[in-house]
Amino acid sequence: MDWEVVIGLEVHAQLRTRSKIFSGASTAFGAAPNTQACAIDLGFPGVLPVLNKDVVRMAVRFGLAIDAKISPRSIFARKNYFYPDLPKGYQISQYELPVVEGGHLDITLEDGSTKRIGITRAHLEEDAGKSLHEDFHGMTGVDLNRAGTPLLEIVSEPELRSAGEAVAYLKKMRTLVQYLEICDGNMQEGSLRCDANVSIRPRGEQTLGTRAELKNLNSFRFIEKAIHHEIERQIDVIEGGGKVVQETRLYDSDRDETRSMRSKEEANDYRYFPDPDLLPLVIEPAFVEAEKAALPELPGAKQQRFVDSFGLSTYDAEVLTATREMADYFEAVVDGLGGEPKLAANWVMGDLSGALNRDGLDVARSRIDAAMLAGLLRRIVDKTISGKIAKQVFEAMWAGEGDADTVIESRGLRQITDTGAIETIIDEVMAANPAQLEQYRSGKDKLFGFFVGQVMKATQGKANPQQVNELLRKKLSS
Amino acid sequence: MDIHASTLSELSAGLAAGEYSSEELTRHYLGRIEQHADLNAFITVLPEQALESARAADQRRREGEAGPLTGIPLAHKDIFCTRGILTTCGSKILSNFKSPYDATVVQRLDAAGMVLLGKTNMDEFAMGSSNETSWYGPCQNPWDESRVPGGSSGGSAAAVAARLAPVATGTDTGGSIRQPAALTGITGLKPTYGRVSRFGMIAFASSLDQGGILALSAEDAAHVLGAMAGFDANDSTSVDRPVPDYAGDIAAADLGGLRIGVPGEFFEEGLDPDVATAVRDALGVLEGLGATLVDVELPHLGLSVPTYYVVAPAEASSNLSRFDGVRYGYRAEGVSDLLDLYRRSRGEGFGAEVKRRIMTGTYALSAGYYDAYYLQAQKVRQLITDDFRKAFTKVDVVMGPTTPTPAFGIGDKTDDPITMYLNDIYTIAANLAGLPAMSVPCGLVEGLPVGLQMVGGHFEESQLLGIAHRYQGATDWHRRMPEGY
Repeated sequence: MDWEVVIGLEVHAQLRTRSKIFSGASTAFGAAPNTQACAIDLGFPGVLPVLNKDVVRMAVRFGLAIDAKISPRSIFARKNYFYPDLPKGYQISQYELPVVEGGHLDITLEDGSTKRIGITRAHLEEDAGKSLHEDFHGMTGVDLNRAGTPLLEIVSEPELRSAGEAVAYLKKMRTLVQYLEICDGNMQEGSLRCDANVSIRPRGEQTLGTRAELKNLNSFRFIEKAIHHEIERQIDVIEGGGKVVQETRLYDSDRDETRSMRSKEEANDYRYFPDPDLLPLVIEPAFVEAEKAALPELPGAKQQRFVDSFGLSTYDAEVLTATREMADYFEAVVDGLGGEPKLAANWVMGDLSGALNRDGLDVARSRIDAAMLAGLLRRIVDKTISGKIAKQVFEAMWAGEGDADTVIESRGLRQITDTGAIETIIDEVMAANPAQLEQYRSGKDKLFGFFVGQVMKATQGKANPQQVNELLRKKLSS
Repeated sequence: MDIHASTLSELSAGLAAGEYSSEELTRHYLGRIEQHADLNAFITVLPEQALESARAADQRRREGEAGPLTGIPLAHKDIFCTRGILTTCGSKILSNFKSPYDATVVQRLDAAGMVLLGKTNMDEFAMGSSNETSWYGPCQNPWDESRVPGGSSGGSAAAVAARLAPVATGTDTGGSIRQPAALTGITGLKPTYGRVSRFGMIAFASSLDQGGILALSAEDAAHVLGAMAGFDANDSTSVDRPVPDYAGDIAAADLGGLRIGVPGEFFEEGLDPDVATAVRDALGVLEGLGATLVDVELPHLGLSVPTYYVVAPAEASSNLSRFDGVRYGYRAEGVSDLLDLYRRSRGEGFGAEVKRRIMTGTYALSAGYYDAYYLQAQKVRQLITDDFRKAFTKVDVVMGPTTPTPAFGIGDKTDDPITMYLNDIYTIAANLAGLPAMSVPCGLVEGLPVGLQMVGGHFEESQLLGIAHRYQGATDWHRRMPEGY
């Protein structure tokens, strides 16, 4: 049977506000347990929620960026269930009337084509705390620092058709929320989380199959693996004559499998109803207009501009615009260099990205800033050093030996462009290798490379390669 | 005349004239609380703290910084959170709970220099009309100790009626200020929804709850409301509009040309004929003061009790979820697992009436029933609100009885929740519509007080208080004291 995979994603983006969605407590990550939870977050008797305006601003910014409708009036509801890390016994969320409705995100597929994925809605809600089951000797610890952290839950249409598409969508989503400066996109810390609704159906079938909801997907790799697994599991179930049941499944990255968490029958009746403590959220058109005017250049537009004005390939443009910091860095290098975007692109995507990955740094914490890299590339352009030497200079700069010119001077790496000096070295190399010279002259052209290598070795790579080539060719054939 | 027979306004004048100090006044009331401890009006009494506040108030007066409320003793219903002080809400589940913060109402009255005597008894989580659901036991009505003082603000009402405090705060979700005020012969005011901050007031039904005042006169209530009311950034449902000078406004009140709407629905079967007579007499007094009586209709009034008993329990079922034994309050011992912790902490911590309402409300919000109950109730609520809106195009205020009967006996209605619920038949509509309403003592039926209820338009507290003030200028029901106090 030829199966079609249907995936919809629910992304939870933790909004980058200083304080919580309904209280003044800090949202900073990593504090000692329960030190960033006030009476409101702890659900004390008598406390009331007050909506954080920055949260609304961020939701509006997101809605504008995905070309969605910003609801002029939306409602906060209570989702009722008992759990120790849910202090009030209900989560304040949006249910019937979300703040953002309709919208889309374009993803790039492996073949380079673009696919538009519909976004059903995005709504605001508060996060719960954390239950800690280890280290408490059969008891459970509760940390409520995270309780009340603002979340934007972004629900896609079931339009993703493979694990790869799901990952592409999530990466695009992360790039977007980072550009908008509404979420730091950190999946390890849980700032960006994802649940996947996965089902299969015979290709050509119109109605959707029964779905399973996968939870606990906290890295791109896990998402891809978990979805792959789930697809295989569902195919096995159906082809084995069984039926997929609607349930929530948890991905276990250690064992690389999904397992059932609760079935539809066991699912809570959340008893949603409008929260009487909060008035309807009314967003005035002027507020939306002001946010629209303040929107940064979005990743799609930036990518297109890099192609149009820098002559970069679509692929390079996409890589360079994957984060706003990376794009800004690249543009700063081009600025500093006064042009040469392709050279800049190669270095940013090559040596710089490699060094950042190696040291686990993001570009904002790069040991070589954009001005320094531009300084290095300028020395390639003006032929002070060769591209190969430049790699050596780059490493020295990365190690903290100073800017390009300092390294070139202190290490004596300035390129040898003096024709006389190069000719002298060529003469010496020819004299030292009479056998090879003989062979070359009797027609073994391949040995030309040998002579180039010897000259570069003798100059420790500092000789200008073009000059070496020209002069060698002239001398060898004379 | 004993000092405690005085109204707050008279005490304020006495303090200003130096006839007594706040410390003396406070000592006097603390003595009375002790003397009448059998009423069970208080859950917590704060002698040391009260005397300390009184001395601070006296100091403030010496420095020339005293306002009209400075040094006046007061009691808070135990539903208002008080920092470092037991705040039980009349429940076992909060019997060990000391709030880490002050409610906005507490903070504002404290800032005005009022002296907190203690926290008053109440129906558990304000769910009741007789104070009998309190985990701390029933409170007695000083007019007849075998009878209830009403509820849920029963302790506050009994305390003020017995002159154990010159004034007390209360909350009113379906009549919890007006009904006990009527049954104890005092003046009760439930302001417009949003007029007084709910921050720190333990929620029963958030869209209906409103803090207010139990006092000896409309004038007293006006003074206290002025200090309590106003926008609070901590309460999204509090309304940002200026607080009038209530005390100044009522002094200027004139009933000439006032149109009083009298809905026939308030005088149908179930109303004690003697109560009806007392209310009609009161309306006659107001006519004599220049008002005109106009027949109005509130056709959906009969639906207010069933509507209320869907909306209020639904909100309560969610509001009370936080009492789970995890972070504060009562926690069952020796539990086996999480579910056991929840079941037993809540099962042992909540009383029968609270459980009944949590179950009713949970049911009303359940999948498949939400539309039929909660949504339907919200629609009826709108109809009731519209009834009042229409009435207010013809009249300035709507009046009728506060309760169908005078105070009933302790234990008389505890076996029949529906009969108990019907005690609030006249008061609930004002909560559903968010309107300000008062109860003013207007007579005695077989020696027991009854109340005249007045419902005004949104934010028309000045008008209501003004009418009540004029009425109290012409009558002395509000000066009557129960015998032996």
